Amino acid sequence: MLNAANILFWAVLAALLFFARRQRIFWPLLALTLLLLFNQLFTPGFFNLELREGHLYGTRIDILKHGGTVMLVALGMTLVIATGGVDLSVGAVMAVAGAVLAQAAAVHQQSAGVAMLLALVVSLGLGAWNGLLVAGIGIQPIVATLILMVAGRGIAQLITEGQIINFTNPALVYIANGYFLGLPFACTLVLVLLAATYALTRATALGLFIESVGDNDVASRYAGVNARFVKFTAYVFAGFCAGLAGLVAASDIKSADANHAGLYAELDAILAVVIGGTALTGGRFYLLGSIVGAFLIQTLTTTMYARNVSADIAPVPKALVVIAVCLLQSEKARRCFTRFLPRKSPAAPTANAKAGS
Amino acid sequence: MKRINPKYIPLAATALVMIALYVLGCLLYPNFGSLRVVVNLFGDNAFLGIAAVGGTFVILSGGIDLSVGAVIAFIGILIASLISGGMPPMVAIALALVVGTVFGAAQGSLIRFFDLPPFLVTLGGMFLMRGLAFVVRAESLAIKHRFYQQTIRQLAIPLAPRIAIPFTAICFIAVVIVATYICIYTRFGRNVYSIGSSENSALLMGVPVGSTKIGIYALAGFFSALAGCVSTFYMQSGNPASFVGLELDAIAAVVIGGTLLTGGVGFVPGTLMGVLILGLIQTLITFQGNLNTWWTKIAIGVLLLLFIVLQKSISGARRA
Amino acid sequence: MSDSLLEVRGLSKGFPGVRALAGVDFTVRRGEIHALMGENGAGKSTLIKVLTGVYERDAGDTRLEGKTIFPRSPREAEACGISTVYQEVNLIPDLSVAENICLGRQPTVFGNIRWGAITRRAKQALARLELDLDPSRQLSACSIAIQQMVALARAMDVSAKLLILDEPTSSLDEREVGELFKVIRKLRDDGMGIVFVTHFMDQVYSVTNRITVLRNGELVGEYPTAELPRLELVARMIGKDAKEVAAMESQHPGVQSIREGEPFLEVKNFGRKGSIAPLDLSIRPGEVVGLAGLLGSGRTETARIIFGVDKPDSGEMFLDGERVTISSPRAAIRRRIAFTAEDRKVDGIIPNLSIRENIVLALQASRGAWAKLSRAKQDELADRFIKALRVKTPGPEQLIKNLSGGNQQKVLLGRWLATEPRLIILDEPTRGIDVGAKAEIEKLITELRRDGLAILFISSELEEVVRTSQRVVILRDRKKVGELAGEAISEHAIMSQIAAPTAESKDVLHA
Repeated sequence: MLNAANILFWAVLAALLFFARRQRIFWPLLALTLLLLFNQLFTPGFFNLELREGHLYGTRIDILKHGGTVMLVALGMTLVIATGGVDLSVGAVMAVAGAVLAQAAAVHQQSAGVAMLLALVVSLGLGAWNGLLVAGIGIQPIVATLILMVAGRGIAQLITEGQIINFTNPALVYIANGYFLGLPFACTLVLVLLAATYALTRATALGLFIESVGDNDVASRYAGVNARFVKFTAYVFAGFCAGLAGLVAASDIKSADANHAGLYAELDAILAVVIGGTALTGGRFYLLGSIVGAFLIQTLTTTMYARNVSADIAPVPKALVVIAVCLLQSEKARRCFTRFLPRKSPAAPTANAKAGS
Repeated sequence: MKRINPKYIPLAATALVMIALYVLGCLLYPNFGSLRVVVNLFGDNAFLGIAAVGGTFVILSGGIDLSVGAVIAFIGILIASLISGGMPPMVAIALALVVGTVFGAAQGSLIRFFDLPPFLVTLGGMFLMRGLAFVVRAESLAIKHRFYQQTIRQLAIPLAPRIAIPFTAICFIAVVIVATYICIYTRFGRNVYSIGSSENSALLMGVPVGSTKIGIYALAGFFSALAGCVSTFYMQSGNPASFVGLELDAIAAVVIGGTLLTGGVGFVPGTLMGVLILGLIQTLITFQGNLNTWWTKIAIGVLLLLFIVLQKSISGARRA
Repeated sequence: MSDSLLEVRGLSKGFPGVRALAGVDFTVRRGEIHALMGENGAGKSTLIKVLTGVYERDAGDTRLEGKTIFPRSPREAEACGISTVYQEVNLIPDLSVAENICLGRQPTVFGNIRWGAITRRAKQALARLELDLDPSRQLSACSIAIQQMVALARAMDVSAKLLILDEPTSSLDEREVGELFKVIRKLRDDGMGIVFVTHFMDQVYSVTNRITVLRNGELVGEYPTAELPRLELVARMIGKDAKEVAAMESQHPGVQSIREGEPFLEVKNFGRKGSIAPLDLSIRPGEVVGLAGLLGSGRTETARIIFGVDKPDSGEMFLDGERVTISSPRAAIRRRIAFTAEDRKVDGIIPNLSIRENIVLALQASRGAWAKLSRAKQDELADRFIKALRVKTPGPEQLIKNLSGGNQQKVLLGRWLATEPRLIILDEPTRGIDVGAKAEIEKLITELRRDGLAILFISSELEEVVRTSQRVVILRDRKKVGELAGEAISEHAIMSQIAAPTAESKDVLHA
């Protein structure tokens, strides 16, 4: 069971944990490590890794492959949540992107490049629509994105005319099924988008603006931050990420399925973001944390699968994760629990006392 | 000089849309105006309607309940399994209602005691119920019991030869009446409105905000469970994989029915009309024949947009 | 005292890091209107919230009619006979007037609400206030003044013994205030005890019998209204005793010389209905203009319309002689105006970001998202302002929420100085910070003035205003009532203008 590759794997993970010990990412990473450890010890075959025709195969590779879509969606969702909003429509946008892709490639015989470009432009447009409703008109994010969440799947079905459209274009099939440098191409895509998101937010001041708007909207506006523009950009970006995820999802099954593509993707993505340490109320965001969160969710699902637990029951542990994460992030719950624990140090005086007249 | 209370504008718009859709149907298709179509409108949408009534309370209080569809599926398969295991149907239904209420109260307690966002708590509830439904039984199960095969049918109220109000529709109408009563004639109902309109004021005015919140989610859980029961009457079976995304239709029906998603304003009869509007759209598309089902979703989306923008402009005008 | 209705002894209440009330005594008698006075942070709100059961006390004793009470919720307080009308109307906007009066205590039979009885009861309650109002009207459709009256009707619908009015008049016009006073005088004559919180001097003197003054969570004293001259009341509120006030008469006036030259900012007839009556104001480079007045006199409102947070509805604004319209904070910043808001926590700091990020935010915002300041430049700015403003912190990467109030204020000042403004508006920059930090901020203001900045300085601490300003504009009841310059500036002169009764309002209030 423990071969050289696995020892290396654990060494790398341990090193990561060590370096992240003071970071926000430590907790989701620890949870992931414990789950993997459980599998190392109790799930036979989970840690098998094979090299065939220069490609790696194994359960861990499956996690990378299948977790890709949620990771892509989660990156966009991270920025939206950091502004203090939420985007419920990403699953529907995935379906639309897949539909546009398949329709362009299979029915209208467009080249792979044109089809992908079309799909992404449409996704950007849908993101802009959400951004307009939230930042322009000032509708609550949950409400505003609900509209597209409901209508989006209808639009996707309209595009595919209710059919499941299959495509065979090798370039399109490659997106989710191809291998690049021994790893599934979806991994490369995630890495590229992660780097791009990182550049978008940290090489510019957008990240600072997003965090300040999410943390204190009014004060940010007083400091001259264009809060509307910041929010709008976040929704557009989330639309783009969802579109990209839609391409991967469609490529995975080599067809566009308007009914099932991206189903519950919004919920998984929100969960991944929250696990990763970004608070639903907005403010500081953690891109890597969201990726680890998505990893954790996918590993959980795959673990159930590998242990022959029916995929249908997979939501139960997920539910427990949701509640656990909620409670961990809740100030009130933390106070409740720490009351029963021996206190190490007196709590530092918090600065948010509501005193004065 | 008396001005029209702006809170009735969305309700009036809902009624207009409903009547317009019905008249449109009658003009386009001769059979559309028949009694049978109307009766089916109530019968086919009964479980959605009951769930939406429960959702109305939650949304009136400014919250949201995503667990509806999963709860209905869970209750459906639970009842089916219990009955096929030999339990008398009435006992199984009573048990299911208790389970639903307790589940709702548990969600409410998490929201109340730990200040958790309703969105995440009910999301967890949705995952839990969906998973548990499959734990109860992994595939659909028909209910073969005299109560289901005969009694339910006998409970229908005949209107005309070969047309009767099905029992599911009776349940739906009864729920609407009871919920309307709760909203208007009980302190609990008024407290729901006050919390949704201004939680802070409600607290300062001595409204028991905490217990009301738990009550709201317990009530929503009860109505979801009842919707689950009604779904078994309608389907004559339980299926753990059914009603995915029903919560969205329920929320849409509530909003189209004139309830403000931010809480405080809304009416149960409005939700009834919202459900009927969704049903009418569905029926119109069925009658049309070569229009496809996806137009339903797009139409609902467009209606949602219209109503949300209408609400926004009204509340914006009020603040100015 | 036999006729005392409410007796509070040694009441204390603390919040993490703040002592809001320290051993306060407070007595209200039957049939009197008792003013509760104090500046920001005096503890008025906290005292009221303890009485109404919103906060739990840390120590102390409260007796109502001799019986110890311990309300743990607004509902329990109401049951004891304490009713409250809050400053921001705390009613349910989406419900009807009648329901708002009866919410939580609707008459029922077997749990069934009797709407007819609710309407009747509401009509009675409104009739008691001589208010002609349709009880079925939705509350949000009523004016704020009417809403305030509805809140009063609600408070009286229970058989209240003690009525607390927490700044009920701040959004009413004079006629409406007159109406309100008619009602509370009647209630007083019926034997009710009324606690009246306000910052309008004229109202205190026209309607109250007694005054209790709080300052910094401590009791300053209780006085019969007739025996406390206005000037002395102001002195007590801002923390002087009578001797000091007397000494002030002869005190050497401000030492500042008047600046000459063209003003950087000039506004003419500039105002906004309901916020601040049209006023003229100008500030020259290298000049500090103080804006003095009590809380609620329109100081912050003036700052907000200059900075573009609220839109003015009259008058014009000139910068360097050029007529401009400023429609948003962003536009103001582009014109090199800066503004540190009064409420640091709500309108100032971004709590979960670091000191460095808080400092660079405004400068970065003015450059736009794409022209990011390099990390080196950010570090340099942060270090420079931490050093220049003497911010006490282990380093620039500390979260700003972990700093003390004074240091947070310095960081915010740094945020604005980084944008190299020409005018900086400081709204209560020294509020809620300790004495040492106050002195430092004051010193900084003087340094900035010497560097040629135009400064609009708002403070309730008159000494600060006197020490730092070349000119002082005095506001009272949302109007500019005077302006002092150079040698004419003294605490006494300012206080006399703040405390002077307004002739016209007096007539209305006593009618």
